[in-house]
Amino acid sequence: MIKLRGLRKRFGAQDVLRGIDADVAAGQIVSIVGPSGCGKSTLLRCLNVLETFDEGSAEIAGVTLAPGASGVPLQSLRASVGMVFQEFHLFPHMTVLENVTLAPRVVLGQSEAAAAKHALALLEQVGLADRGAARPAQLSGGQKQRVAIARALALPLQVLLLDEPTSALDPEMREDVREVLRKIAARSKLTIVLVTHEMRLATELASELWVMDAGKIVERGAPKEILASPKSDVAKDFFARRGD
Amino acid sequence: MNVRLLIAVVAALLLFARAARADTLADVRARGVLRWAGDIQGGEPYVYEDEKQPGKLVGFEVEIADALAKRLGVRAKFVQADWSNLVPSLERADFDVIMNGLEATAERRERILLSRPYFVYRETLAVPRGSTAQSLDDVRGKRIATLNQTFAWHLLRARGFEPVLYEGVQEPYSDLARGRVDGVLLENVIADRYGCGLPEIRCVEDEIARGTYVIGIRKNDGALKIAIDEALDAMKKSGELRAILERWKLWAPEQNDLDAIADLAAAPAPRAIDRAQVVLFLQGALVTLGLTCAAFAIAMPFGILLAIARLYGGAVGRVASATYVEILRGTPVLLQLYILYYGLAPFVRLGPMTAAIVGLGLNYAAYEAEVHRGALLAVPRGQSEAAAALGLTRVQTLRHVLLPQSLRHALPAVTNDFVALLKDSSLVSVITVVELTKRMTIASVELRGWLVPGLLCAALYFALSFPLARLSRRLEKRLHGDQAPRLA
Repeated sequence: MIKLRGLRKRFGAQDVLRGIDADVAAGQIVSIVGPSGCGKSTLLRCLNVLETFDEGSAEIAGVTLAPGASGVPLQSLRASVGMVFQEFHLFPHMTVLENVTLAPRVVLGQSEAAAAKHALALLEQVGLADRGAARPAQLSGGQKQRVAIARALALPLQVLLLDEPTSALDPEMREDVREVLRKIAARSKLTIVLVTHEMRLATELASELWVMDAGKIVERGAPKEILASPKSDVAKDFFARRGD
Repeated sequence: MNVRLLIAVVAALLLFARAARADTLADVRARGVLRWAGDIQGGEPYVYEDEKQPGKLVGFEVEIADALAKRLGVRAKFVQADWSNLVPSLERADFDVIMNGLEATAERRERILLSRPYFVYRETLAVPRGSTAQSLDDVRGKRIATLNQTFAWHLLRARGFEPVLYEGVQEPYSDLARGRVDGVLLENVIADRYGCGLPEIRCVEDEIARGTYVIGIRKNDGALKIAIDEALDAMKKSGELRAILERWKLWAPEQNDLDAIADLAAAPAPRAIDRAQVVLFLQGALVTLGLTCAAFAIAMPFGILLAIARLYGGAVGRVASATYVEILRGTPVLLQLYILYYGLAPFVRLGPMTAAIVGLGLNYAAYEAEVHRGALLAVPRGQSEAAAALGLTRVQTLRHVLLPQSLRHALPAVTNDFVALLKDSSLVSVITVVELTKRMTIASVELRGWLVPGLLCAALYFALSFPLARLSRRLEKRLHGDQAPRLA
């Protein structure tokens, strides 16, 4: 589903990604951990072309990306590669329901009724069926993130990218989001790439864990194995912190 | 005690002011200077700037003023004043006398003192060369141009015309030549210089009316009037006046009839504000409102487009938009209106209302562009990223995500600009549109005062702008709630 070869990216003089080679199989869940600035979010953003890379190649959901990403069918790529952001980025001028139906209506051309029906089912799935008429400002952080997840799932996704989905939340709200993600992981056949600082989230759902440092993947394997015997300093640090 | 002192000081000042006003002649002599007023916008041959020596004033009135002052034993000093406001400015004692093609009318004679005449003029009707008109009756119902507050204006109104009003002497004739008006009625002094010589124009030979130019003096300056009349008499007898007029090619046999010509009767004008006046004011307000709404209907979408071009239009869009904004914002809207209406007339012949709407709309678009650019920049970056991540195109992102949010940010500034435009729309009177402010200046002549028409005009502007401000506030509340950032 995802195939990365020699991915490199620079911001000015700074090398952010220094040769990423990795594969993610269809339906697989991968977590990426690493210290701030290690390039994990940038890597994620390269996958749906919110950033472009300078060297190497990437293949995702059947679309081949080259450096600069010119000629990529952006809209259809993004309709099958969804993203959830740390800071939710809900549209504040729309209701919860409108947030979820926007892309199906505008991008897929669904009728309002069809989009609303699907959206209500998704809101039900994230436990917010009764908040469709609310504005984002009236929701708690955990509720906002669950709406953002429903919004991403409203498109016919093959891949879901999660960029620190619980980092902006109070600890007591993180469980709500984790619960939703657990359900999604169990029910759907989505390929998920998850960037996080939170150990529990990183290890619980994923079948593979990538540890990144300074623009490279320095360790990879089954989460339980790495948790039991981390080899890299970064991994040792990460599990020593016991961030929950 | 303090109050008493204050009253005493005020009383003394008032007395002094009255005393100072009581004998301008003595003041003039003491000063050694006669301050005479005119408007150099009236142009050749009255009083205007010498082309060869910018800053130096020339004209037949300059020479008459110099000769007159000499006979009073003083020096003449010109004071520039807006022609429409010469009489009120005289009354405010901004200068000593008016001498600027001031026609002797019964109406003026009631308000200020008028000297003996120094010139006889003929009202001259200019028409397109192809026209067969010989008199005002032949152009009845047509669009006849003149200047505000001239005798020609009174004459036209008395004969049932609704004249098209201009501010300068050249524009009526250039518009006649281009067919924007059907005729021009002004004094022969003006018509001969600016109109009759043009190939597209013919001046009617039959005399429409005859009148005189006089010097305007404050009501209680009898001594000054006597001195000026004596000096003018002496100038006539000695042939000095004739010599001046001949030098300016203004001498004609009728100048011998100077004292034989009676005052022109004033056009009947209402003395108090009446229903008809109020209706005219309401019409003016309607013109102002319509003009403002139409111009804003151009400014708003065009401004948004400019803002989008500036932010998302690539190098070309950015430079084009920035250039447009800087030029339109960096030059006076009055100048832009002149260029649009008069300057472009050889290429595009816009009607006055169209030119006004387009001119104000294009000018305000530059301001709206900056408002919307700022508002778009205020939308968090995450919003456009989230929209992009959902597969929205750039246009869809703007339409569904960015603009709905930026418009809320922009609303207070947009309301502000709308109210500003409402008032700036008064500038279009320079291209002959009669809107609310122009209506007030016209009425102030008929009512012989600024206060009542001024207050009525202000009340109407307020009545137009205040509900709008309220509406915008309500809209803002509905969109935003009252979410001022809390200052802790």
